[in-house]
Amino acid sequence: MKRRAPMLVSVVAFGYALLYVPIISVVIYSFNDSRLVTLWGGFSLRWYASLLEDSKLLEAALLSLRIAFVSATFATALGAIVALALHRVARLRGRLLLSGMVTAPLVMPEIITGLSLLFLFISMANLLGWPMTRGATTITIAHITFSMAYVVVVVRSRLAGMDETLEEAAMDLGGRPLAVFFDVTVPMLLPALVSGWLLAFTLSLDDLVISSFVSGPGATTLPMFIFAKVRLGVTPDINAITTIIIALVAVAVATASIVTNRRRPVAAK
Amino acid sequence: MSNESNGERSLRWLKRAVAVPYLWLLLFFLTPFLIILKISVADPVVAQPPFTPLLEWGADGFEGIRATFSNFAFLFQDGYYGIIYLASLKMAAIGTLLCLLLGYPMAYYIARQPPERRNLLLLAVILPFWISFLLRVYAWIGLLNNRGVINELLLWTGVIDRPIAMLYNDFAVYLGIVYSYLPFMILPLYSNLERMDLDLLDAAADLGARRWRAFVDVTLPLSVPGIIGGCLLVFIPAVGEFTIPALLGGADTLMIGRVLWDEFFINRDWPVASAVSVVLLLLLIAPIMWFQRLQSREHEAGR
Repeated sequence: MKRRAPMLVSVVAFGYALLYVPIISVVIYSFNDSRLVTLWGGFSLRWYASLLEDSKLLEAALLSLRIAFVSATFATALGAIVALALHRVARLRGRLLLSGMVTAPLVMPEIITGLSLLFLFISMANLLGWPMTRGATTITIAHITFSMAYVVVVVRSRLAGMDETLEEAAMDLGGRPLAVFFDVTVPMLLPALVSGWLLAFTLSLDDLVISSFVSGPGATTLPMFIFAKVRLGVTPDINAITTIIIALVAVAVATASIVTNRRRPVAAK
Repeated sequence: MSNESNGERSLRWLKRAVAVPYLWLLLFFLTPFLIILKISVADPVVAQPPFTPLLEWGADGFEGIRATFSNFAFLFQDGYYGIIYLASLKMAAIGTLLCLLLGYPMAYYIARQPPERRNLLLLAVILPFWISFLLRVYAWIGLLNNRGVINELLLWTGVIDRPIAMLYNDFAVYLGIVYSYLPFMILPLYSNLERMDLDLLDAAADLGARRWRAFVDVTLPLSVPGIIGGCLLVFIPAVGEFTIPALLGGADTLMIGRVLWDEFFINRDWPVASAVSVVLLLLLIAPIMWFQRLQSREHEAGR
């Protein structure tokens, strides 16, 4: 493999350019003073200033963050249990159904998930009188359901590479199963739980289609707000939002990689 | 597994705890599909109560259900939906193929790098995924526009003298699919190519095979599971994709996800919307099952 393959390298370079050029251009144009999106009118922070005055946007952003936080936390807890059960319990009743139900959301068209969940909520409201109004709660339930699937994938791949002798040792020393779980298993799984949580958080923060279906008139999430604006064309303040999100993601990724790296010597052992 | 009694003891609570997510998924994942199926086959007893709160959309619960049945039949009789389903499958297939053509060389290249560089390159593939999908698709509007960055650049350099229409057409949708789903293609391919035994390639080289020959005869056949996995991971969601055709597609870019959205939010025709989604699900059931089998085999291998 010493010979260079210029064709291969240029295709790879093209691929990376494709991935990054849109993001970079949005960041650059978010600092553009001109209202005309493609003309450079000098450096300016006016679009960031205009974001702060947009109370509807701030409201939508807060709602999205709240939903993302709650749904990621629940999805991580439930997803970790599913992953552990699928990995450890050899004769799990209804195993096929369970693994089917946690794999399907990974590829299920969002539009179907959204519509079917809406029908469920309507049926439930009829039969049980709950949920009477759709909004933050129904969106959160929907997000827990689909992001759980992603948490399961992350935790399962971690479990596959994990050494179980530590837990067995703790058991042999008389540790109660729950104590062993929280003192030994959870710390070993921590990197996967952190990245699973972050993934669920991002997916929730990002979801447009499912939220649109299961939301009610009162609740507008950030993607719903952005979509309504973007449908009318490019608006400079959306560039500013994107740049802020990119900055937040960069911080989160950096934090996550620091956490993972610090954990690695212990967990990978 | 060596310590049976301890193992069993620790598993007992896990078996109990898993009931919670199990019931959750039964209620919030499986039941919704059963409801959608029931609405689409127009069982009046089951379908009538769910539609009573639709008073704001008209108090005709029963008529609504009759309409469901006729619309469901209409779905097959009217050529319109047939064409849209075919168009969606075609666009998803072409998008997937383009994704493979770009993703395979990238995965191959990454898998053949030294380990530290490999991780860095892989991270660079995954990183954009963490930034809002909606906003990344939106970013292309600014690039592809008639007065967008690419057109302005081409005009300035004199390559073209009139802007090329790159936005609001099928080209933009293909680009959007390749761009958005590229990581999903690269990751399964990479994990397959990375595991591949390089000795086989060395053997092929020792036996005098040219690089290209060795690739076609050894690497490519061995990477088929990765190709299938990546393609399914792109193709299945792409068929029902909404955001990309809605933002980048033209008025004539009809994809089923967009049609379903319009039936639901603009025409407010819920019965037709549910019939449309049932047919979409039926179309996707084979590839979804295929993907499931692939996944479970992967996990069996990993255990």
